[in-house]
Amino acid sequence: MTISHLTAVVLFSLFSSTIFGITLREGLRDQVRYGLIAFAWFVGGTIAGGWFLYLLNPH
Amino acid sequence: MAKSRTSQPSAQPATAGGWWIVLLGWLLPGMGYFLARKWVRGSLVFVCVIGMFCLGLAMHGKVFGFNTSNILDMLGWIGDLCAGALYFITRLVGGGVGNSYSVIGDYGTNFLIAAGLLNLLAASDARDVVLGRKR
Repeated sequence: MTISHLTAVVLFSLFSSTIFGITLREGLRDQVRYGLIAFAWFVGGTIAGGWFLYLLNPH
Repeated sequence: MAKSRTSQPSAQPATAGGWWIVLLGWLLPGMGYFLARKWVRGSLVFVCVIGMFCLGLAMHGKVFGFNTSNILDMLGWIGDLCAGALYFITRLVGGGVGNSYSVIGDYGTNFLIAAGLLNLLAASDARDVVLGRKR
């Protein structure tokens, strides 16, 4: 199976943040909130890191 | 008025034992939560860990065997082993050979390791739930 890098990041973030939300917080509301924040940080951090590396050496 | 210093009877959650819950949760993803009758949490862990592991295999990720040659391979083996029954089944059927010439194959290897580590995290959390230390 071949998937794009972005799809791999989104899938990895989805599974990881779901389990982080379940295990690291108590109560449904906090768990959902933490899971969404973790997902945003996973995906946003990866995209930001990609742009940072690109700007270090754009050629 | 001075407060009584008498101890509260059995209000404290258990702090020891329950390692069999971690063992079962490690062997089958989500089983620890099922024992605590947390069906939604257990199902989510089951789907996430198995989905992540299967995606790793589908991306031609490598499942490490026991070795002492390379520290990174040893750490990879520990991460894979944390997936419990999924690891043993994959090794038994000869899966997880890996493709070192593919970038996606490297991603797959990381998916497999992360699935194992997340499974262990969920198994230890399920122990806290069963022992009453967490809701």
